[in-house]
Amino acid sequence: MSIRTNKEAAVKVAANLADSGFAADRREQTLGTALTDYWTRVRSGDLGSLPAILGLVALVTLFTVLRPETFLSKGNIANLFVQALPVTILALGLVFVLLLGEIDLSAGVASGVCAAVMAKLIVEAGQPWFVAVAAALVTGLVIGTAIGALVSLVRIPSFVVTLALFLGLQGITLRLIGDGGTVPVRDDVVVALANRNMPIWLGWVLALVCVAGFAAVELLRHQRQRKRGLAGRPFGVTAARITVLAVAVLGGTYLLSLNRAATPSFDLRGVPWGVPLVALLVVVCTFVLGRTVYGRHVYAVGGNAEAARRAGINVTWIRMSVFMIGSFLAALSGIVLASRLNSVTPDLGANTTLLYAVGAAVIGGTSLFGGKGRAHDALLGGLVIATIDNGLGLLGAKAYANMLITGLVLLFAASIDALARRRRAATGR
Amino acid sequence: MAENAHPVLRLTGVNKSFGAVHVLHDVDFAVHAGKVTALVGDNGAGKSTLIKGIAGIHPFDSGRIEFEGREVVVGGPRDAAALGIEVVYQDLALADNLDIVQNMFLGRERTRGVLLDEASMEQSARETLTRLSVRTVKSVRQQVASLSGGQRQTVAIAKAVLWESKLVILDEPTAALGVAQTRQVLDLIRRLADTGHAVVLISHNMNDVFEVADRITALYLGRVAADVARADVTSTEVVELITAGRSGDLGLATAETL
Ligand SMILES: Nc1ncnc2c1ncn2[C@@H]1O[C@H](COP(=O)(O)OP(=O)(O)O)[C@@H](O)[C@H]1O
Ligand SMILES: [Mg+2]
Repeated sequence: MSIRTNKEAAVKVAANLADSGFAADRREQTLGTALTDYWTRVRSGDLGSLPAILGLVALVTLFTVLRPETFLSKGNIANLFVQALPVTILALGLVFVLLLGEIDLSAGVASGVCAAVMAKLIVEAGQPWFVAVAAALVTGLVIGTAIGALVSLVRIPSFVVTLALFLGLQGITLRLIGDGGTVPVRDDVVVALANRNMPIWLGWVLALVCVAGFAAVELLRHQRQRKRGLAGRPFGVTAARITVLAVAVLGGTYLLSLNRAATPSFDLRGVPWGVPLVALLVVVCTFVLGRTVYGRHVYAVGGNAEAARRAGINVTWIRMSVFMIGSFLAALSGIVLASRLNSVTPDLGANTTLLYAVGAAVIGGTSLFGGKGRAHDALLGGLVIATIDNGLGLLGAKAYANMLITGLVLLFAASIDALARRRRAATGR
Repeated sequence: MAENAHPVLRLTGVNKSFGAVHVLHDVDFAVHAGKVTALVGDNGAGKSTLIKGIAGIHPFDSGRIEFEGREVVVGGPRDAAALGIEVVYQDLALADNLDIVQNMFLGRERTRGVLLDEASMEQSARETLTRLSVRTVKSVRQQVASLSGGQRQTVAIAKAVLWESKLVILDEPTAALGVAQTRQVLDLIRRLADTGHAVVLISHNMNDVFEVADRITALYLGRVAADVARADVTSTEVVELITAGRSGDLGLATAETL
């Protein structure tokens, strides 16, 4: 028996020898092996940003063909960026919630309540913008804390808690604004977020800082991994990542720095103020999720809550905190949306808002099943969603078609997520 | 067996009841550094209860716990961890979506300022795996989901070893494994003992027990039926100790009347 066992083991060991002893860590990674690895990952269901990028390319092509005059006009590209701002911020908050496999159905209407609080304070109480904005953000935190407490302490399923709040919060907005009411938002600073542009020079400076910062972080990490013999990307991949980011950021800045005024006598150019805000948020969230103990614990709880508990992680607090972050970012999203619309109405944040944000996170690559997702998913997915919204607008789609298509897009994204997950389970990823 | 110095852990006269159910009766149990002690017994004999008492999950009602010769109080899991006791539970506590390094340091991440110190964690994880001669892992940055059952068990054990643990307790580590994987894990358990750890192995499998254990402690209905060196018993005798509480002149004197 024992001899037999040894023999079988020996055969197995021999078969595994090529791949054993941290072979993949020691193997000199080249661009070629990295590409093969990437393709293996994609085929085993680890799609990363691929669906979002393919979707973006397909949509841009489609709308360019259907509306060649308007879709790629400079004015519309700037529009598209501004349209993507609130949905991206909302989706960013949802990434944290989705990472735990939870859902926040009230995120959209929470942004409406917070925007209403801000608008009322500015218009009716005559408060300065910073007081109003701070109050809106605190409102978001309070809502998030309430959701978090009900989910993590009382242990009500998050979809029930937030479904109840979905209705309740709309009631609050309605009470604040009044049936059919509108509160105009005219404060210069708030309006500037989505309607004014940075000076051209500032846009370029921030873009360069962004690219240089990313390059520095990537190169330093590469160097450290190299020096200490750690597992890491080959240089070619690091270089490619830096190049892609540089092209995207500098290209975007260039497009937004061209004059996009409809009439030649006007001068309308520059990066909208909301863009660096979103960039900053994505950077901060990337950092928090990827490089801090808190972020690591969020992934751990999303992957296996029991393992996290036994490892001494405060699961209750982690669960509570993601809802607080989600609603806080929802408040910020509401402020930007109010800025874009120049007003707050009772249906701000209702209708398609939440669907768009969940769709953005999922299209970007965040899983509805928890444990998988990154901050930049919200950005890529937000661009895809904004493109759909923008393109349908240019096509003059009717409201019913808009709703149908949005619903289908979310179902489609969720199907890709579910199928990819099955594939990962089957291939052991 | 050479009775050198103190045992790492010595329990004397330990009792534990759950309500009216008296589960552990005056149990004596000792574990030595560099030795694998197999804890065997039928379902419900009290093995898990004994382990949970040591780990501080369900503290004992009475009895004495000595760790490295000093009497200690284990009132909770943190006390046990602070002493250097690590438990590898039957249902492995690993997060599938994290890689090997991340799992090994889960809950005890190293940081520099607010940043995770990935480099130092990766190096320590690799050193530990190398020290245990774990050679079947492709990359320490591999997601745990992509590992085989044996490799997962290996990571769980390595995780326990990483923490300067003196006593590693494994609850049925080979129960769900195939032949080759069981082989890997048994080898690893042997190496754990050879590198100076005290190891407690709970197992139902006599092949496993006789392959790696130095001593065997048999529990029968919450009492210690026998505490013997492996070399002094046969597999048949141990099975009798498990099922009847006695075997020849070994075991409880009045097993039938218990
Ligand atoms: N938390 C508990 N509450 C009440 N009874 C328990 C509890 N844990 C174990 N027991 C009882 O203690 C006895 C021993 O169980 P256990 O230690 O799990 O045995 P083993 O691990 O040897 O199979 C069983 O009769 C079981 O029902
Ligand atoms: Mg048990």
